[in-house]
Amino acid sequence: MTLTGKLWIGIGALIVLSPLGLILPDQFKAGSAWGEWGGEEIQKMTGYIPRGFQRLSELWKAPLPDYAFQGWEGKDLFHLSFAYIISAFFGIAIIAGVALLVGKVLLKEHE
Amino acid sequence: MHIPDGYLSPATCGIFGAVMIPIWTVASKAVKKTLNVRQVPFLAIGAAFSFVIMMFNVPIPGGSTGHAVGGVLVAILIGPWAACIAVTVALVIQALLFGDGGITAIGANCFNMAFVLPFAGYYVYTLISSGSPSGSGRRVIAAGAGAYAGICVAALCAGIEFGLQPLLYHTANGQALYCPYGLNVAVPAMVVGHLLVFGWVEVIVTALAVKYLQKQDAVFFEGGRS
Repeated sequence: MTLTGKLWIGIGALIVLSPLGLILPDQFKAGSAWGEWGGEEIQKMTGYIPRGFQRLSELWKAPLPDYAFQGWEGKDLFHLSFAYIISAFFGIAIIAGVALLVGKVLLKEHE
Repeated sequence: MHIPDGYLSPATCGIFGAVMIPIWTVASKAVKKTLNVRQVPFLAIGAAFSFVIMMFNVPIPGGSTGHAVGGVLVAILIGPWAACIAVTVALVIQALLFGDGGITAIGANCFNMAFVLPFAGYYVYTLISSGSPSGSGRRVIAAGAGAYAGICVAALCAGIEFGLQPLLYHTANGQALYCPYGLNVAVPAMVVGHLLVFGWVEVIVTALAVKYLQKQDAVFFEGGRS
C-alpha cells in the first residue's frame, strides 16, 4: 500500500477514536477550554456579560455547533459521540477537498 | 486555543486579518515555487490531520481542556509555508461549519495556530536536527522540541491577545467590553496549561509520527525538501 493510503487509514482511525476527546473531559470533570466560555459562564465567573461580547458572540450560527447537530446540547454522551464522528468525517471530507483544490491550483500556476 | 467571537474587539480582529493577508499571499507564492505533484496529497492529509487531532480534547482534571494542533508535524513534513496553508484550511472550516473559533477571530486564530505555531516549531526543529541523518533519534527529539516550542509560543500569543482586551476596551466604570481577563490572568492561564499538559500531547503526537515516517519514507527528512 502507498504511504498516502496508510496515512488516510490512520486519519480514519482517528475519526473513529475522536469521541475520546468528548468522553475524557467528561470523565475527569473538566470544563471548557480557557477563553472559550459562553455568556452564562462568563456571567457566573465575573458577575456580568461584557457588552461587546454579547453583541458579537451570537454573530455566526454554525450548522454543526460544537461538532454536534443543532438542538443536541442536552443529549447524552452516546448520541454526542455519534455526532462527533459524523462531524469529524464530514469536516475531513470538506477540508481534504479544499486542500486538494488549493494544492492543484498552486501546482497549475507553478507549471 | 480557538478564540471565539466576542472575545476580541472588532479592531483587534481587523488587525490580525490585515496581518494574515500578506502572510497567506507569501505562503501561496512560496508553496507555488516548491510544490510538486507528489506533495499535494500531503497538503490534504496535513490539513485533515490537524483538524482531527484538534478534536481530541485533553482534560486537566477538574479544570479546563486543551488539545494538540499538529501544525509543527505538518511543517516538518511539507515545510512551514505549506503547513500555514493546511492549518488555515482546517481553522476556516472549523469556524464556519462547527463554530470552533469565531469567524471574526479567524485572522487571530490563524496567526497563532497557522503561522506562529508551525514556524516557531519548524525553526526549533531545524536548529536541533540540522546535520543529523534522516533516520536519526536526534531528529525525533528535535521534532518533539519543536512541537513543544511551537504550541507554547502560540498559546502565549493567544494569551496576550486575550489579555490586552480589557486594558484597551472597557466601559467608564471599568467593565470589560470583550475578554474580561487581563494579561495577568490570560497569559499564565494559556501558557501554563500548554507548558504542563497540552504541549506534551503535541510532543508525543509529533515525535511518534516522525519516528513512524522515518521508517516509511525517509525522503521527508532529507535536507532541502520542503
